[in-house]
This record gives sequence, structure tokens and C-alpha cells, in this order.
Amino acid sequence: MSKEVKEKDPILKEPFSRRDFLKTLSIATGSLIVGSAGSASAYRKIKGYRNSYGMLVDLTLCVGCRSCERACNEVNNLPKPDTPFDDATVFERLRRPTAKAYTVVNRYEIEGSGPVYRKIQCNHCNEPACFSACPIHAYTKTPEGAVLYDENRCFGCRYCMIACPFYIPAYDYESALRPRIMKCIFCYPRIKQNRIPACAEACPTGTLTFGRREDLLKLARRRILRNPSRYIDHIYGEHEAGGTSWLYISGVPFKDIGFPEDIPDEPLITQVKGFLSAVPVVFTVWPALFGMCYAAVKHRYKGKREETSRKEGKDEPQ
Amino acid sequence: MNHNETLDRSRNFRSWLMDKLLMGMSWPEYMRSLVTPFNIVAAIILIVGLPIIALRFLHGLAEVTHASNDYPWGLLLGWGLFGGVPLSATGFVMATAYYIFGFKEYRPLVRLGVLTGFLGYLFAVVYLLVDLGRPWRIYYPMFVGFGTASVLFLVAWHVATYLTVQFLEFSPAILEWLRSGRVRRWATMITIAMTIAGIILSTLHQSALGALFLLAPGKLHPLWYSSYIPHFFLASSIYAALVMVIVVSALCARFLRHRADSYFLDSLDRLTIGLGKGAAICMYVYLVLKLVGVAHDDNWALLSTGYGKWFLVEILGFVLVPALILTLGVKLGKPAIVRIGALYSIIGILVNRLNVSIVAFNWKLPGHLYHIIPPWKEVVIVLTITTIHILIFRWIVSRMPVIRQEPEFEDEPYNL
Ligand code: SF4
Ligand code: SF4
Repeated sequence: MSKEVKEKDPILKEPFSRRDFLKTLSIATGSLIVGSAGSASAYRKIKGYRNSYGMLVDLTLCVGCRSCERACNEVNNLPKPDTPFDDATVFERLRRPTAKAYTVVNRYEIEGSGPVYRKIQCNHCNEPACFSACPIHAYTKTPEGAVLYDENRCFGCRYCMIACPFYIPAYDYESALRPRIMKCIFCYPRIKQNRIPACAEACPTGTLTFGRREDLLKLARRRILRNPSRYIDHIYGEHEAGGTSWLYISGVPFKDIGFPEDIPDEPLITQVKGFLSAVPVVFTVWPALFGMCYAAVKHRYKGKREETSRKEGKDEPQ
Repeated sequence: MNHNETLDRSRNFRSWLMDKLLMGMSWPEYMRSLVTPFNIVAAIILIVGLPIIALRFLHGLAEVTHASNDYPWGLLLGWGLFGGVPLSATGFVMATAYYIFGFKEYRPLVRLGVLTGFLGYLFAVVYLLVDLGRPWRIYYPMFVGFGTASVLFLVAWHVATYLTVQFLEFSPAILEWLRSGRVRRWATMITIAMTIAGIILSTLHQSALGALFLLAPGKLHPLWYSSYIPHFFLASSIYAALVMVIVVSALCARFLRHRADSYFLDSLDRLTIGLGKGAAICMYVYLVLKLVGVAHDDNWALLSTGYGKWFLVEILGFVLVPALILTLGVKLGKPAIVRIGALYSIIGILVNRLNVSIVAFNWKLPGHLYHIIPPWKEVVIVLTITTIHILIFRWIVSRMPVIRQEPEFEDEPYNL
């Protein structure tokens, strides 16, 4: 099945449009004025790209071999893992991506269906919360789908980590001089070379299918439809947080295998929209309002002061 | 000849400066005056704390904090930024009350409010500098990249601008201390503009600190997560300012009494009652607002859970009860009771901000309550910075006309 999509849809046959990307960038960086209308409108410009790539993770196929972890580690030149990749004891506790590992596989013992494995990495959201959070614009959503982080624009506030609903970005706290966010890059350099992400290439069971997000959604639906007893009827990532490039189908409810479940279907930035649009109002209304107030009070005092100084001469230092 | 003159002048300048810095004492006198129990404790804290701060910069954040990927923000920001900023609304609230709304009788407390606010912001930035991964890039949101859709971008700009505004607002006191009448007059001319700028910036960033969490709906407990959270933060910052002025002025009158004049001391009790009344009203409004928040999201059922009980402790035990104490003090006309209520309210503000930024954040993660216990080094850093904060505050109040009027400038108008 995974082959089928790959062949039908060779990577980046047609050049992607850079226009949208540049537009986003110029809008976002162009409005320097603090809290101007720019902040209110910027959030609307980061729509997911229509032809972007994605990854379908079929959790029913994953056997927990951690080949993806190993491939990711090698391709991204990450430090040696604490426990070797063939050591199954790592499954004894739940892990999360760290500064040393962009992706980890966890095991969940589910009653009635044996162990279920779940691969965790950045989901490359269509409208990423990390992107919206960063005050310096260190994140970009590329038209290919990857959400990339630029270390050179980061001062380490870690608000992106607070914002990410999937607990993905990790911080390199150990470093004094060059601490930075570490997270999956969707093998962006490989995608640019028309190769698929290393994890998908390494996966021996066909759990990971790389392709256009639109096609993957269809594929996922088809699988669920054909085999309703194997899957629950939910494609995680289709709508979560406004949709993510990575999509998951599973045989057990997602909440049982650690997927956050109370994430709204809209991009998270919509939660802040109301607040941001109030900013220009404050900037224009407040000076008028309080200026008037000041004028009125001053006027009143002037009258009073003249009165008192007429009566008793001035003795209060006003 | 010429040479001698310059020498003379520089010697004069030196002795003038020394006079200013040592408050008219000679070196030995000054040194002797420093040996007090408070200073000894402070010195011990600094001796332990400063090396730990140095460690943080030499070995990275992992050395002093939990360095957790799930808990990116800890006590440094929970206390220094989220707790410190509302308690520093004093400058904006007092200046607005005095200059804009014409509450003329509060004049003795305006400068104190502005100084408390200015230092509060300054130290919020200090905490931030310790906590940022690469503090030397602190200006990046201003010059390198503009995350205009980011609430933190707004906070960064506003705190930076407001710090400048507060410095200008306080500058007349510095200029009076330096006896620079001409510049001072110029500085007071912009007071009204600065005050209005302060209102804009404060209302926005006080609420923005709450709005930061709007981006994390799944992570903050629903009783604290609310679309009203910017309003909660703003409303509570206003009463935070009032109770903070009550407590700081009381501490000044107690421990820095010889730096105060009778104008300040004689009016203090009366003004304390007035501030207490204002604070209590604000707190009742805030309380209603909080309940509206619960009703709006229909979270009543959650109140019976463990977090719900803690929520009730926060809004009843740390808002309603102190508000009642304030009311009692006002009704009885007893400033001492008002001061107790004010101190209690300050603790309440801290409880709220720590709840939002630490206790109720990530409430779903396994072992959550264990993870939020701060490591001792982080606590020591907080203690150290707080000590430095107090020392600098005292240094300024001891020298500059903050709780007293400079005789030379006494008659100069405050712009009303
Ligand atoms: S999963 Fe988290 S880190 Fe990845 S794009 Fe989405 S918000 Fe950003
Ligand atoms: S830690 Fe870096 S990337 Fe993340 S929000 Fe802060 S500045 Fe941006």
C-alpha cells in the first residue's frame, strides 16, 4: 500500500510555488508597528499548503522495531542514544522526543489487543502553534509541509514548547553557549533532494507512508472503510489543531495510547485572535478616553484652585 | 593655574558625588552604618546565590533548573515575570489615579508607586535574562524577527517600552537628587503623555501575560484556562498594585522612617484606608469575574475535583478572605488591619500567578505535582535576585526624594 502512493506521486515532480511562502514572510516581518493591525491579521496568512506532503502512520502495523529511531538518529547526526536501538527495555517507560532524539517509539499495553506501539515526532501542523508562539519568527511552515526552526533567530524563551499541543519541541538545556530547540525536521533536506524521510525509508512494515497529505487522507479513509473491524473511525491529525501533516490511524482509541485528546479542531492561534484584535482598539481608544478624562479633571481643578486661592491664598503645594 | 582649577573642580565633583552616595557620611561612618542584622542576612544570601547564578551562565540552564522539556517554564518566570509584573502595576495605577483621575490627595504615594513599578519591571527583565537560553539576544524581537502574531512579541515590546516610560516617570526624583532643576522641569512636562502611554502599555501587557496561555488550551486546567484570562490578569493587576502600595509604604514607614518626611508619614494612615477601600472593591469585581468565567465554560462540575478544591481555595481563601479583611479594616478605620489584608492579598496574587503558570499547567502529565517542585538552586536564585531587588530599592529610597519632598522643589507643581 505504501509503495502505491509513493509511485503514483513521485516527490516534487512539479516545482512548488514559492509565492505563498514569500507572502507569509513579508507580511509577518513587514508589520513592525507594535500591536498594529498587523498582529491581528497575521494569523490568517499561515494556512496549510494545499499540495504539501504528509505521512500516514498506520499504528496497527507498527511492531516497535525502532528502525525509524535509528535511521533518524543517523541521518540527523544526533548523539548516540542512551539505550541501544535494539534494546527493548526502553519500552518499560514512556519517553518523549528530546534534544538527543527527534523521534521515539513508545509501547502501550492495551487490554484485549496486546501491545500497541506509537511513534512520536513533530506533527508538522498546518498552522503550527510553535510558529504562532515565537516572538522572533524562528519557525517557518514550508510549502512542502515541514515546519522548520531557525536557531539563529531564537533567544530561548521556550514559549514554543509551552504552545505545542503535542509536547514536541525539546530544548538543549545542557548547553551554555548554544542552547537551541531540537525537533523533527521532516527530513526537509532529503525531501528537497526528492528522497523520502529516513524513517519512512527504514520502516520494514509499511507503517509509515509518505505522500501528499490529500492523497494520504484518501488512503487512510480507504483503509478504514475496507477494514472497519481493524480500525477505529478516526484519522488523528485530519482536524486536530487545524490539521497536521502527519496523520494516524489506529485500532485502539487514540486517548489510550497517549495522544492528547482535548485539542481544538481549529488552529490554536484562533484562541488568541480575539485578544490580538483588541490591541489596535486599545491603542486608539485609550489615549482619547484618558486624555479627555485628564482634561476634564484639570478643568475642574483649575476652577477649584482659583476659588481657594481667592479665599485663603495658596498654601497647598499644587 | 588652569590645571589646578580643573583639579579643584574634579575634586569638588568627587566630594559632591561622595556626599550624594554616602548620604553625607564619611566612609567609616557609612561602613559602620551598614552592619545591621538585615544586611548580614542579605550578604549571606548573596554569597551563596551569586555563584549559583554564575553557574547558570557557565554550565547552562540544566545546572540550576529542572531543564525539563515538558516544563519549559519554572519558578524563575512563575515568580519573577508572572508574579512580579502584576505587583509592579503600582506605577501605572498610582500615576493614573493621580494625574488622570485627579486623586490629588495620593500625591505622597505617587513616586513610591512609580519607583516600585519601575524596579519591578527592571527585575522582571533580570529574571528573564537568567531564564532565557541566550539572554544576549534579548533584543531580537525588536530587531531580528517579528512574530507579530505572537503574544510574547507584544509582551516583549511593551515591557521594553514601558520600562523606558517608567524610567522617565521616575526621572524627576533622580534629577531632584542631583539638583538639576532645569532638566527636571523638562522631564515633568512629559508626565501626562508618559502616564497615558503607561496606561496603554500596562493594560495590554498585563492582560497579555494571561493571553500567553490562550495558546495552550489542552495544557492549562480548564478552571484556569478561560477566554477571559486576559481580563482576569488585568483586573487582578489593578488591585495587586493598590495592595502593593499599601504594603511597600508601610514597610518604608517602618524601616526607612528617617528617610520620610511628615508629609508622607502623616498622610499614610488615611491614604492606606483609601487604597484599601479601592482594592477591596476591585477584588469583589474580580471575584465575580472569576465566577462568570466558571459559568461561561460551565465548569461547575469540575469544582468537586481535587483541582477544583484548590481553585476554590484560591478564589475564596486568597481573594475573598483578604478582601473581607480589607473591608473590615476600612469599616473600622484601622490601617493596621488594612495592611494585614493587603499583605494577604499580595500572597493571593502570587498564588494565582503560580497556579496558572506552574500548578495548573500540564496538570494532566503523570507525576505532575512531583515535577513542579523547584530544584533548590532555582529557589536560591530567586531568593538572591529578590534580595538584590530590595537592596537597590532601599538604596534609592535612602537617597532620592521618594517618600519625602526635596525642600527646593516642594512647591513645584506635579502637573495638576
Ligand atoms: S507538532 Fe508542535 S512543534 Fe510540530 S509543528 Fe505542530 S506545534 Fe510545532
Ligand atoms: S524558544 Fe526560540 S523558537 Fe521557541 S518561541 Fe522562543 S525564541 Fe522562538
